[in-house]
Amino acid sequence: MSRPKVAFFDFTSCEGCQLTVVDTLQTHPELLDAVEIVQFREAMTEKGEDYQIAFVEGSCARKSDEERLARIRQQAQIVVALGACAHLGGINAIRNRLPLEAVVNCVYNENGDWSETHPYGRPRLSDRLINVEPTAKPIEAIITVDAILPGCPIDREEFARVTRQLLQGSQPRVPDYPLCVECKFKENVCLFQRGQVCLGPVIRAGCGAICPTYGESCEGCRGPISNPNMDSMQSVLAEAGLTADDLLSRFSMFGTYQMMKLE
Amino acid sequence: MSKVQLEVHYLTRVEGHGNIVIDAADGELKRCELQVVETPRFFEAMLRGRPYTEASHITSRICGICSVGHATTSLQATEAALGVIPSEQTQLLRKLNFLGEVLDSHILHIYMLVAPDFVGTGSVFPLAKSHPHVVLRALRMKKLAGDLCAVIGGRHTHPITMCVGGFTHLPGNRELEEIRARLEAMREDVTATVELFKSLTFPPFERVTEYVALRKPDEYTFIGGTITSTDKFELPVSDYREVTNEYLSPHSTAKHTRHHRDSYMVGALARFNVNYDRLHPRAQEAASALGLKPTCANPYLNSAAQVVEIVHCAEEAIALIDALLKRGIEPEAPKRVEVHAGEGVGACEAPRGTLYHHYRVGDDGRITGANCIIPTGQNLANIEADMRALVPTILNRPQDEISLGLEMLVRAYDPCISCATHMLDVRFE
Ligand code: SF4
Ligand code: SF4
Ligand code: SF4
Repeated sequence: MSRPKVAFFDFTSCEGCQLTVVDTLQTHPELLDAVEIVQFREAMTEKGEDYQIAFVEGSCARKSDEERLARIRQQAQIVVALGACAHLGGINAIRNRLPLEAVVNCVYNENGDWSETHPYGRPRLSDRLINVEPTAKPIEAIITVDAILPGCPIDREEFARVTRQLLQGSQPRVPDYPLCVECKFKENVCLFQRGQVCLGPVIRAGCGAICPTYGESCEGCRGPISNPNMDSMQSVLAEAGLTADDLLSRFSMFGTYQMMKLE
Repeated sequence: MSKVQLEVHYLTRVEGHGNIVIDAADGELKRCELQVVETPRFFEAMLRGRPYTEASHITSRICGICSVGHATTSLQATEAALGVIPSEQTQLLRKLNFLGEVLDSHILHIYMLVAPDFVGTGSVFPLAKSHPHVVLRALRMKKLAGDLCAVIGGRHTHPITMCVGGFTHLPGNRELEEIRARLEAMREDVTATVELFKSLTFPPFERVTEYVALRKPDEYTFIGGTITSTDKFELPVSDYREVTNEYLSPHSTAKHTRHHRDSYMVGALARFNVNYDRLHPRAQEAASALGLKPTCANPYLNSAAQVVEIVHCAEEAIALIDALLKRGIEPEAPKRVEVHAGEGVGACEAPRGTLYHHYRVGDDGRITGANCIIPTGQNLANIEADMRALVPTILNRPQDEISLGLEMLVRAYDPCISCATHMLDVRFE
């Protein structure tokens, strides 16, 4: 039997998830043997267009991204969202709150406050906005996604497990219960007791509660679970003397796209 | 004579997306561009209104390869703005984490991204069959560098524990001892790396430019220092904009920079040229073995300078762990922060060169303004100047060869285009 052909694509991202894939392939050489990688721009020159499984990293932020995503969807039997940028919109969506003009001006200030003039003259704002969409979106907003690998970055073991499941033809499963479950397993001291806002009660487990384990509260990079228990969340907040705003402010780091959809 | 029109779209084996466009007829170069086509990500806009505590976590997501570099520079900028001075232990641990990332990034670059060019393969994957010992060595070294980062940052990519004023979690003595033992054992692999790169022939191209790097009196610095150039000037990091002088080029979404000349170079070769005398003696030995002397003007040798830095960082990491173990890790909490309005600049030597973060913080501790200047953005103008000097000398060669020569040149700079593109989108045909 021929090995399934796999391709990796990147859109608007930091490429940290692809690097995590490279790291994982180092420790799981059996995965490299089980597939044929036909496209992986960050690591290889060859470009094959004949693939069955597409791993897509990054958010959709340009019109041309939508067309490219549609082509990938057409070719691939299975599309996997690789990491929070693709799965949620993630960090990239923080800017969605601001009008695009304001966003561009933050970077290239019209008043010349932060950036110097340049020898080509200052391009017109309209020239600078070509192609960039006012919102950065998860790929699910454009195409059907068959499986997700949550996280910023993705978890190595989860990548290995999900890939194995895909190769066996089964539907990969990622946890859909709160992070707190994993955190309690690790016997961490709950960070709410230290007055910090932690998103653990509503965020998908699967990372081994790595942030609380290292003394930092959960920022929600794996996205919310399907049925968050908002009542218990409220009472945890109230007990710690915190408000829903504190929670939402933290959630907006990776969840701005989801929040704006609900509004 | 023939007409050469060359477009290398989606430059592979670099971080981010870039295109090379060359248009020449009868030996005359009409167009020579490195186009950056990555979608801008607008980090400066993302930071506005966010609490100062989040800045390092958000900006580490500028780049997966140099996330420690961004996080460290970000913390420096925030701490400068809020008047926080981290403890000596914090500074030592940050340095150690930084060395781990420089090692990781350089190993990835020279073995996985540059080496295939010399063997004539399109990626590192076939090398696993043809040169298994080389690939296994690279993987061993890379794993150690990643593990070193994880011991301090909690995770290889996007550190968890680094925060304003210190760390939320400290490594144990045992973890540090284990990493130290592995670093000692890695010396053999480091030597083999030097031998391997000694045996390669780099294209003999030279173009003198200005080299800029941070410099400190007592060490080969990666975190902080004085901005120093081979054109003999020195500036405090707070005056960084006198050096970077950002401007926009119409065919690129990344900001370009220039200083005294039309362009300048940052990165391993620039650091080598500016700070040769601060290198570990073993790294200096490696440099002479590789035939590298300051001031070296061959940009292809940036990869060789990275090999020299691998030697340096491996030795420095051992020395730093010794210093940490000798003091003993104190279970200290991050420094307390008095929130007030302020402004601060941080500067580091990220793997690809000098990185600046500049923040303004409001009374409420939220970021009101941010500017991030990334190494690749500083190098773009210099890469193009190199291409313009190189192309006429190789125009009579087959297109494949020209194309490879240029791709190798761009790759030698180790450009991280996803980083450079924190900017805007400019139309080009
Ligand atoms: S999810 Fe995070 S690590 Fe992955 S590409 Fe996006 S920013 Fe980078
Ligand atoms: S620290 Fe966070 S994840 Fe852990 S138990 Fe508390 S709320 Fe849940
Ligand atoms: S603890 Fe939260 S923020 Fe950290 S990796 Fe897990 S889901 Fe992401």
